[in-house]
Amino acid sequence: MSKRKSTGSAAMSEGACYSELQRVLRERVYKISAPCDVAGENDLDKPRRHLLDLIQRCSSMGESNSALIIGPRGAGKTMLLSSVLAELKENRDFRDNVLEVHLNGLLQTDDRIALKEITRQLQLENVVGNRVFGSFADNLAFLLEALKKGSRDSQAVLFVLEEFDLFAHHKNQTLLYNLFDVAQSQQAPITVIGLTCRLDVIELLEKRVKSRFSHRQIHLFNSLTFDQYLRVFRSLLVLPAEFRDKKFCGKWNKHVESLSDDPGVTSILRKLYDTSKDIRTLKMFLMLPVARICPSHPRLEMSDFVEAHKILTADSKSNTLHGLSVLELCLVVAMRRLSDVFVNQPFNFQMVYNEYQKFVQTRSYAVQSFDRPVVLKAFEHLQQMELVRAAEGAGIGGRGQKEFRPMLLMIDKSQLMQAIQKYPACPTEVKHWANTL
Amino acid sequence: MAAGPPTVFGHPTEQLADLYSSCPSRHYQVTQLLALFGQNNHLSCPRVFLYGPTGSGKSHVISSILNTLKLPHALVNCVECYTSRLLYDHILNQVALVTPAPDNDYTNYSRCDNMNDFVKTLRTVIEDRELQEETMYIVLDKAERLREMDMNILPAFLRLGELTGCNVCVVLLTEIVWEKFRAGTGMCEPLVLHFPDYTKDELLEILSSDCPTGYTKDFYMSYINIVLSVFYMACRNLNEIRHLALLNFPKFCEPIKKGEATEEDVHKLWRNIEPHLRKALQTVYLREVSSAQWERMQEEAATQESSSANIKTLTGKVNMELPFYSKFLLIAAYLASYNPARTDRRFFLKHAGKMKKTVQQMKRDERASSQLLGPKPFPLDRLMAIFYSIVEGKVAPTANIYSQISSLVTLRLMTQVGSDDQLDGAKFKCTVGLDFMRSIARTVNFDIIRYLYDFV
Repeated sequence: MSKRKSTGSAAMSEGACYSELQRVLRERVYKISAPCDVAGENDLDKPRRHLLDLIQRCSSMGESNSALIIGPRGAGKTMLLSSVLAELKENRDFRDNVLEVHLNGLLQTDDRIALKEITRQLQLENVVGNRVFGSFADNLAFLLEALKKGSRDSQAVLFVLEEFDLFAHHKNQTLLYNLFDVAQSQQAPITVIGLTCRLDVIELLEKRVKSRFSHRQIHLFNSLTFDQYLRVFRSLLVLPAEFRDKKFCGKWNKHVESLSDDPGVTSILRKLYDTSKDIRTLKMFLMLPVARICPSHPRLEMSDFVEAHKILTADSKSNTLHGLSVLELCLVVAMRRLSDVFVNQPFNFQMVYNEYQKFVQTRSYAVQSFDRPVVLKAFEHLQQMELVRAAEGAGIGGRGQKEFRPMLLMIDKSQLMQAIQKYPACPTEVKHWANTL
Repeated sequence: MAAGPPTVFGHPTEQLADLYSSCPSRHYQVTQLLALFGQNNHLSCPRVFLYGPTGSGKSHVISSILNTLKLPHALVNCVECYTSRLLYDHILNQVALVTPAPDNDYTNYSRCDNMNDFVKTLRTVIEDRELQEETMYIVLDKAERLREMDMNILPAFLRLGELTGCNVCVVLLTEIVWEKFRAGTGMCEPLVLHFPDYTKDELLEILSSDCPTGYTKDFYMSYINIVLSVFYMACRNLNEIRHLALLNFPKFCEPIKKGEATEEDVHKLWRNIEPHLRKALQTVYLREVSSAQWERMQEEAATQESSSANIKTLTGKVNMELPFYSKFLLIAAYLASYNPARTDRRFFLKHAGKMKKTVQQMKRDERASSQLLGPKPFPLDRLMAIFYSIVEGKVAPTANIYSQISSLVTLRLMTQVGSDDQLDGAKFKCTVGLDFMRSIARTVNFDIIRYLYDFV
C-alpha cells in the first residue's frame, strides 16, 4: 500500500520532483559560500581544527585571541568559518557564552559606521530598536568601558572582520588598534578573526597595531588535485539521501555518476581546472546547465557543458569587436597599424583618419568612403566602448581639440585578427588590409 | 498540483508568449535569462553581467521580462543616480513601492547614507513586504558608472545576496566588457553573458514591424533595404537606423504621391531616395541639422522644388566676429603653434633667405607634420614677437592687447597649458582648425598658407 502510494506520488508530481531538484541544486551552486563537503578534506582539516580550538578557548577559558585567515578569493574562508561556528553553536554553553559581531569592510567603510554596527549587534544600552545614539567619541568610550569592565568570567565576544584589508585603510586604524588592544590586555575576552585575500595584509598595519596582533595566520589555498575536483563536481550535483522521491533520486545520482565518467565532460572539466582551481569557478560553470534542468530537458547533456564552457571562456573583446560597424572596424585596423609603426606611442584621430584615407583611396572598391565628421563619430563610439582610451597626460575634459588628443588602442593584434575572421560579411579589402599588418 | 494553465518556471505560458513576441530576435537570450532566474521561490542566479553594443536590446529584454512576468524588481539607471545616496534611495523606493509624489511631500522611503544602512534597510523592506521567499531583482543600467563611485559599491552590490541574506539577484547592464570593472583585490565574479548585435536580417525583421499604415510590408521592407545599404556600413545602432528610416520615409513615397512612379518601380524610387539618404548621413546622422528641421526641409522641398543643399547647418558656418587685433593675435597663435620655433627666423625676418627642404627632410616632416600631430605649446614672448611682425603699423603693448589674449583663452580659441603659473612663463596652445583660421585670415587679407611650414 505504502509502496504504491509513493510511486503514485512520484508519477503525479514529476514537475514537483524537478522543482525540488532545482531547489536543492540551486542552493548549492548559486550560493558562493555554501559548503561542499568533499573539498579537500585533509587540507582543510588542519586549519579547521586550529580555528575551532582558538574560538573555543575564548568561550571556555576566557582567553583573548586574534587570527587572520588568508587565502585567494573563492578558497573557502567564509565557508570554513561558518562551518566552524555552526559546529560550535551546537554546544549550548557556547551559544550562551559568546556574542558574535560580524563586520564587513565593504559595508562598514569607516570607523564611525563600524562602531555603530558593533553597538547595534551587541545590543548595548544606547540602542533603541535598530538605531544607535551618541557621537563617535561617546560610542567608542562607551564600548571600551563596557569591554574593560569585563573580566575573564564575563561573556566573550567574537569579532569577525570580513575584507580585513579594507579596515586597515581606515583613518589611524582606530578600530583595529582598539580591538587588538583589548585582545592584548586583561579585559573582557574577545577573539578577533580577520578574513582577507591579501597576502601582504600585515604590511598594511601600523606598527602599534601590528605589535598588538598575535601574528597567527591561517592560510587557505586552492590545492585540489584533479580527482578531488571531480569529486567536488559530483558532490555538487548529487541529490541528498533525504530527497523525498527515492526512485527519482537514485536515477538522478546514477546519471551524475555516468557524467563524471564521461570522457567528454572530464576533458572540459580538465580545461576548467587548468585555468582556475577554485570551486567558485566550477559553480559558475554549473550555473547554466543546472538552470536548464526541467521535465522537458531532464538530463545534463554534453552540449550544456560545451555551451557553459564557451560562455565562461569567451573573449569579451572579440565579442565587442563583432558588434562594430565596418567603418569602426576599419578604424581599429588603422589604429592597430599605427600602434605597430610607432611602438607604444599614442596616436590621435588625425593620424587615424589619414591612415583610413590612404586605405580608402588606394585599395577600397566596395567600402564606401565616409566624410570626416562621420568617421569622427565612429571614433567617438569606439572611445565610448573603451576600446580606445586617452593616453596619460592628455588634456582631460574640454581642453584641447578632440582630433589631437593622444590615444591608445586597447586591442591586441590576435584579438583583432580573430574578430575579423569571425566578422559576418567582412569586406575582402578590409580583410586583406588587416592581413598586411 | 498542476492545476490551471500550463506553466514554465512557474510563469503562465500566455505571459511567456507575450514576452517572446515583445523581444524579437532575442529568443535565445530570453530563454537563457529565464532559466537563470528560475522559479520565483527558488534561489536565482545572484549576479548577472550583461554586455553588448548600444541598441542591442539589453534594457528592453530585462525590463520586459520583469514587467511582463510581474516580478518584484528595482530598475535603476546609474547615470541618473550620480551619487551613492541617490542610488540607494531609488532602489529602496522601488522595492518598497514608494513613489515620491505631492501627496507624500516627495519623501523617500527612508534616509540612507551608506552601504551599511542600505543593506539593513533592504532586508527590513523585503521582510515587510513578505518577499523573503521570492527573488528580488535589482537591475543597474549603465553599470559602468558604478566604477566612478566609491570603491566599495560595486563589490558590495555583487555580494548583495550574501550581505542581506535574502534572495536577491543583481543584474548589471553595460556596453563595456567585464575586464574593465575589476579593481582592487577583486570581487565576486558575476556570470558574464553577451548580447550580440542584431544581424542584418534581424534588423530588417525588427524594423519592418513599424511599417506605416497604408503601405504594404514588402514595400516598406524594400525601403529599409535601401536605408541599410547606405547606413549599415557606418552605423549598427538599431535606434539610430529606426529613427532615420522613419524620418526619410515621406521622401521615399513622394514620387508615388506625385504619380511619377508606382510601388513596383523599385529602381526609380531607389534613384530618387539614394542621394537624399547620403545627404542625411552627412547631416541628420551627425545632428548638424535637427530632425524637425530636416522634416520641414523635406516638406519645403516637396512644394517648392528647392534642393536640400542650401541648409544652414550647426557647424557648417564657422563665422566669428572678432576685433581686429584679436584676429591677428589668433593668427599669431596659430603660426606659433603649428610652426617649429627654428623656422621663425626664416618666416618673419627680412633677410633670412629662402628655405629649401631636402628630400630626406620632407619625408621626415611628413611624419611629424604638425597638421597631423596637433598644436604645440608656445610661450607668450613668441606669440607677441610673431604678432608684432605680422601686424601692420605700430601697436603699443597696452593692457588691452593682453586682456584680449586672456579673453581668447576664455573663448576656448586658445588654451593655457600647464596652468601652474598665471603671470610668468605661461604657455599657450591654439585650438582652432585650419579652415576657421583661413576664413579669419581672409578677413584681414593675410595669406596664412604662405607662412605655414607644412605647406612650404
